Amino acid sequence: MKKNKLSPYLYILPAMIIIIAFRFVPIVLSFIISFFDWKLTGVDKFVGLANYAKLFTDQEFIQSMINTVWFVILVVPATIIFSLLFAVLLNNIKWLRGFFRTAYFLPYVTSMVAVSIVWKIIFQQRSGLLNYFLEGIGLEPLGWLNEPTGIFTMLFNNFGITLPDWMGGPSLALFSIMIVTVWKSIGYNTIIYLAGLQNIAKEYYEASAIDGASKRKQFFGITLPLISPTTYYVLMMTTIVTFQSFSQIYLMTGNPAGGPQGTTSLIVYYIYEAGFINLDFSYANAIALVLFVVILLLTLIQKRLEKHVTYE
Amino acid sequence: MKNTPFSIIIYTFLIIFGLIMIIPFLWMINTALKDQVEINDGNIGFNWKNKFTYIEEDGKKLGIGRALEVGDSVLVSTYTIDGQLILHPKNIHTEIAYDLDYKYRTDNGTIENRTKRVVLSDEAKLQYIMVHKDDIVEGSYIKPYFDNFAKAWNKVPFALYFKNTIFVALMTLIGVLFTSSLAAYAFARMNFYGKDFLFYLLISMMMVPQPIYLIPSYIVLSQFGLVDTYFALIVPWVANIFTIFLFRQQFKTIPQELFDAAAIDGCSMFGTLWRIVLPLSRPVIATASIFSVIGSWNSFMWPLIMTDSKDLRVLQVGISYFSQDSGTETALLMAASTFSILPLVFLFFLAQKQIIASTAKSGLK
Repeated sequence: MKKNKLSPYLYILPAMIIIIAFRFVPIVLSFIISFFDWKLTGVDKFVGLANYAKLFTDQEFIQSMINTVWFVILVVPATIIFSLLFAVLLNNIKWLRGFFRTAYFLPYVTSMVAVSIVWKIIFQQRSGLLNYFLEGIGLEPLGWLNEPTGIFTMLFNNFGITLPDWMGGPSLALFSIMIVTVWKSIGYNTIIYLAGLQNIAKEYYEASAIDGASKRKQFFGITLPLISPTTYYVLMMTTIVTFQSFSQIYLMTGNPAGGPQGTTSLIVYYIYEAGFINLDFSYANAIALVLFVVILLLTLIQKRLEKHVTYE
Repeated sequence: MKNTPFSIIIYTFLIIFGLIMIIPFLWMINTALKDQVEINDGNIGFNWKNKFTYIEEDGKKLGIGRALEVGDSVLVSTYTIDGQLILHPKNIHTEIAYDLDYKYRTDNGTIENRTKRVVLSDEAKLQYIMVHKDDIVEGSYIKPYFDNFAKAWNKVPFALYFKNTIFVALMTLIGVLFTSSLAAYAFARMNFYGKDFLFYLLISMMMVPQPIYLIPSYIVLSQFGLVDTYFALIVPWVANIFTIFLFRQQFKTIPQELFDAAAIDGCSMFGTLWRIVLPLSRPVIATASIFSVIGSWNSFMWPLIMTDSKDLRVLQVGISYFSQDSGTETALLMAASTFSILPLVFLFFLAQKQIIASTAKSGLK
């Protein structure tokens, strides 16, 4: 190990070259580009904060940001609740456990592209499986991916209440995409939760059972606190991944993507649109950096949450 | 958990949720095996019904295509269930004729009904037979429509897309295993100046989301004329920080005694890595390989942006274009989706234990 001072560097060299060239340099470059008016042809001029200033007046950006916030706020908790529920149920059975685990995990190994194509057909208005089912049980078919109306508006309309526009919530179209996103991420997180549950010592449950605690009390008193490190991990990872949803929007929403009426344009799709459809690289980069800052801040906030996490 | 009512509730829930999880897949396969004509007619249910209008002849059902109706008789061509035309050579010796009523406009402008005797030519007699209209049955038969797979496969160059995807996935895998085992070995087993700094730099870069480096990477690659090449699809991904991290953890668990013994035997540092460390790390290497292949196979945004020419399309990009071009051909789309996910589903069933175990581990501190 003392033979050659240079050899460790030779070992890390291949990985480092790639990471510096395709991660480090681009990350640094992305800051620089955002201060320029950068064209692919190489003609660039310094514009200072102009790209960032543009964000405040760009209605499409603001709408994408609002859409993304709704998306994350609803998808992340739904994923956590369903994954935990499935894991608790699976943890309580022996027979067929492997079978269910496989069934739940299957969406994770399939590509978002294929999943989006299949769900797009499921959501079809005229010949989609969901409307076929709704009509089967005597309900009105819905517009799903073509419906720009907010879900809260639709919900309250059923009771004859008309909500003001700003309370309308995300569109049914975006909600449909949330369903797919949650559906796809449940299996992976169920497996993680299941491992967390199996890590909780049986003694806790045995002791509390002797004390006469009900199943419900056990869940809130033992399971939930002791599983909190897993919840923390799932929360962090799901938030980061959900913020970056792209394929669903690109494939499921119709021509142009992000519709109807821009209600499904999420921030990473908007970056793609700004950069590769409108060919405004600098502006797209500025948006990407805003996204980065948002994710970073959320991670820091979640890090503070970690203090409330119970480690055994 | 021994009380039965409780178990029944749990199983009921699990089965309902399980169905929700797999119904999209079942429906995908179901649609892939349906006749597009049936789908367009609004039959999207879980059946492989094909419309079949037939007559019975010698106890066999012959599919028919109506040519002409004359009174109670219908002139039909006949087909097998697979759509092969059935010829009727014995008709040659009989005469098939019918009276065709038609309206005739005379020279002075009045219209009169006339009848004309039409006799089928030998060629037509081979193809058509005359049946009574009550003999015709409107039925259906159940048969999966496997043709959709072949049709979808041939409609766009999926063979090329598969080839590209497999090539990119394999090259990336080889690169990842090579760079990661070397780097992880250095980080786990050697001391050098700046080691901790470099390691934390790597970890912090792992957290940076892809959209940040996407556009600058595109700009850099295009400056060197490397956009729209295999280089752009493979090389940026041949170093994987997470794999380096995973390997480092594994390499650290190997007891020092083994390294000392190898050193005494005169084994070089590289020899130790090759002969001792890597063989002992097979499970971790397998896990990293599986996840690397899954990642390459399913990656979409990067190849979508970095490639333009059809020759370089990977499966995900190819199928996304296919979905935009043939959105109305549901059956073909579902067939294409089915074969696009099949290799990974196969890999999943093959390595299920490993995939699930390492996923489970990732959440444990």
